[in-house]
Amino acid sequence: MLKRTLHISSSPHITKGISTDDIMRNVVWALLPVSAFAVYAFGLSALLVLFTSVASCVITEHLLCRLAGKESTISDWSAVISGLLLGLTLPPGFPLWMTFCGGVIAIALGKFMFGGLGYNVFNPALVGRAVLQAAFPVAITTWQPAFASNRFDSTFSATFTFPFAEPAADGITAATPLAAFKFEGITTDAQELALGLVTGSTGETCAALIILGGIYLVMRNMMNWRIPVAVLGTVYILSGLFYLIDNESYPSPVFMLFSGGLMLGAIFMATDMVASPITSAGVVLYGAIIGLLVVVIRLWGGLPEGVMYAILIANAISPHIDNMIRLRVYGTAKRAMER
Amino acid sequence: MRLFKLPTNTFRHGIHPPEHKSETNGLSIRQFPFAPLIILPLSQHLGAPSQVIVREGQEVSRGQLLAESGGYVSVPIHAPISGVVQKIANVPSITGKMVPGIFLKSFPGSSQEVVTGKPVDVESATPEQILQGIQDAGIVGLGGAAFPTHVKLKVPEGKTCDELIINGIECEPYLTTDHRVMLEQADDIYNGIRYVLKATGAKEVIIGIEANKQDAADHLEANLPSDLPISVKVVPVKYPQGSEKMLITSLLGREVPSGGLPIEVKALVVNVATTAEIGRLLPHGRGIQERVVTITGPGVTKKGNYLIPIGTPLRFALEQVGYDEDISEVYMGGPMMGVSVSNLDISIVKGTSGVVVFTQKEIKKSSKIYPCIKCGACVDACPLSLNPSQLGILAKFEQYDLMASDYNLMDCFECGSCSYVCPSNIPLVQYFRLSKSLVRKRKAAESKQHA
Repeated sequence: MLKRTLHISSSPHITKGISTDDIMRNVVWALLPVSAFAVYAFGLSALLVLFTSVASCVITEHLLCRLAGKESTISDWSAVISGLLLGLTLPPGFPLWMTFCGGVIAIALGKFMFGGLGYNVFNPALVGRAVLQAAFPVAITTWQPAFASNRFDSTFSATFTFPFAEPAADGITAATPLAAFKFEGITTDAQELALGLVTGSTGETCAALIILGGIYLVMRNMMNWRIPVAVLGTVYILSGLFYLIDNESYPSPVFMLFSGGLMLGAIFMATDMVASPITSAGVVLYGAIIGLLVVVIRLWGGLPEGVMYAILIANAISPHIDNMIRLRVYGTAKRAMER
Repeated sequence: MRLFKLPTNTFRHGIHPPEHKSETNGLSIRQFPFAPLIILPLSQHLGAPSQVIVREGQEVSRGQLLAESGGYVSVPIHAPISGVVQKIANVPSITGKMVPGIFLKSFPGSSQEVVTGKPVDVESATPEQILQGIQDAGIVGLGGAAFPTHVKLKVPEGKTCDELIINGIECEPYLTTDHRVMLEQADDIYNGIRYVLKATGAKEVIIGIEANKQDAADHLEANLPSDLPISVKVVPVKYPQGSEKMLITSLLGREVPSGGLPIEVKALVVNVATTAEIGRLLPHGRGIQERVVTITGPGVTKKGNYLIPIGTPLRFALEQVGYDEDISEVYMGGPMMGVSVSNLDISIVKGTSGVVVFTQKEIKKSSKIYPCIKCGACVDACPLSLNPSQLGILAKFEQYDLMASDYNLMDCFECGSCSYVCPSNIPLVQYFRLSKSLVRKRKAAESKQHA
C-alpha cells in the first residue's frame, strides 16, 4: 500500500538544478580573489571599506524588506554582490561613513525602489557609487598608494573621518594611472597594470585576478561572456584606431584595457543579468555601447574615468535593446516587431 | 536576416536533460498479465468521446468493439480482454475529473482469442479505405498526444505530402518504448509504412532516430525493404526533438509556419510505434488492445518495457512491477511533458507511453521561486526562440493578449525546456498553459459575441 498521498506538480517534473542563489553565491566566490588582493595591496583600510559596504547593503536590504512587511531577501546573496562591487569601486581610504551611505543608497535607490532583485534597471552598486561621486567628489578621487609599508597595522587617515567632517588629508595620496595620463601625460607600464602594482580603486587594480574570476563564472555558465568581450573588444579597437592616428596624445589600447575600472566594470558590472539585454545579439550591442562610451569619456570627457557612467547609460538603454532586438520566432518570417 | 546558416541536422536551441534510458533500453518487451478489472475511459484521444454500443452485463470477447467513433475526429474502443461489462459509469481520469467510461471484468482463464474484423489489404485498398481502416482500428498517436491518426494522415485537398517522417526520436528522458519497438518490431513498422505511404501519397519516407539509439537505427537499416523509398537518418540527441516541428527542421531543414501544420511544408510525421500498430492491426482488421509502456523511475522495482492491455489500472500495473513505499510522484508519460497523477485508480490509456515513478528523493528539492533575473537561460533553451522570460513577466501582470499578439504565446507547445533551465524556479510552462487557455476562452467568447 501507498504510505502517503501522491504529490502532484506541473510539468516539467525535473529541473537542471542550478538556482538563482547558486549563481549569486558563485559571483561572490569569483569576487573573493579580487577582494583578497585589494586587502593585500591596500591593507586594513581596504578591508574596512569592503566590510562596511557589504554590511551596509545587507543590513539595508534586510531592514527594507522588513519595513515593507516582506520576507527578507538577503539569503539570495545578491545584496552581498552589490556590497562587494560597491566597495571594490571606492578608493581604499574612502571614509567609512560615506561608504555606509553608498551601500544604503545602492540598495534603497538602486534596487529596492525598483522592486528588488530582478527589477532593478541599473546596477545597484553603480547607482550607489554615482551618488557618492556627486556628493563627495573630492573624497572619491583621493587615491591612497598601494603597498604602503604600514598598511596592515594602521588605516589611512581618512578612513575614520567623523560623519560630515572634512576628511583629513594625510599628504600621501597618489595618482591613478588614468589620472596621471589625463592630467600629466604619463603612461604606466602594461605589466604593472595587469598585475595590480598601481594605485586605484580598491578592487580595480589587479586585472589578472578579475579576468580569472570572469573565466570561472563563464565556465560555470553563470556569466554571458559576450558582454565583457564586446566591451573590451570595442574599447581595444576604437582606442587602437586613435592610437594609430596619433600615438602622442592618445593612450595605447593596452593601457586603455588594463587601466582604471574597465576590467572590473566589463566583467563584473556590465554583466549584471538583470540590467543587461537577454539576447546574444542584444548583449553584443549593449557591450559595444559601453565600450564606445568609455572611450569617448576617457579621451574627450572632463573625467579621467568613464566606466561607471558608460555602464549606467547602457543599463538604461538595455530594455529598449530587448524591445528592438528579438530572436526570429520559429516558423515566422520576420522578427515580431516588424509584423 | 540570418547571419549563420543553420546546421542541417538539428534545430535551434533545446536542452540536454539526463537521459536515464540505459535502465530499460536493454530490456525486451514483455507481455503483462491481465488485470481483474479493466477501466476504459471513453475519451482516450483528442476529439469527441467514443459512443458505447454494449450494455451492462454483456459478455464481450477480446478485440470486440465496445464503443464506436463519436465523429470524424474520434476513434472506436475495442475490448482489451475477454470479459463482462460490469458497469458503464464515470471513471477516474488523469485530469482528476470523472469521465464517462466502461468497467470490464475479465474472465479468468478464458482463451483470450482475439476477434478480428474486416482486413484492409494494402495492395488493393484505396487511401480512403486505409484511413478508414486506421480509424476503425482505434489508432491514435501513441507518442503521447493521442490525436486520431487517420485525421493526421489525411492530406487536405490541394496539398501534397512529399516526405513522410517516421518519428523514432523518443526524446523524453526515461522512456524506451519506441526504442524497443524499433528493435523488436521492424517488420510491423515497415508494413505500417506501406499503408501510410499509400494513404498519404508521400514520395519519400525518413525514419528519424536520435544518436542514443544507434542500435535501433542499425537494425532498421539492416532490414530495409528494397522496394520502398525509405532512409534512416540519425540526428544528434537534443530535447525536444521528438516534437513534430523540431523533427521536421532537423531532418528537412524547413520550419513549419507559426500556427500551421506540417503539411504546409509538405511533410507528415507519424510516431514509430503508431506505424507499427497500423502494420500489425490493419491486415487482420483488428482493433488496438494493448500498447508498449515503459514503467521506470527510481521508485520502481522491476523496471521494464511492458506490453500492457489498454485500461489496465495504474495500481495493478505498479503492483505487478513492485514499487518503493516511499513513492511521491507518478507521471503518465516522461518527466518533461508527462502529467503527474493524483491517484492510482486511473488506467493506462492509448496515449500512455510511459509510467515514471519518483520517490521523495528525486522531487525538485529547491522549490523556492525567485524573481526573474533575466539570465536568458530560457531564451537559449526555447526551441521556438520565444522569450519565456518576458512572457513569464507578462503572465504575472496578466497581459495575456499582449503575450499572444506580440510574443507568439500560442506557438508554445509546453515542452518544458524553459522551466527546466530556470534558476529562479519560475513555473513558466504552468503560466503559459494557463495563459493560453485564457486567450482561447477570450477568443471564443469574442467570436460568440460577433456571431
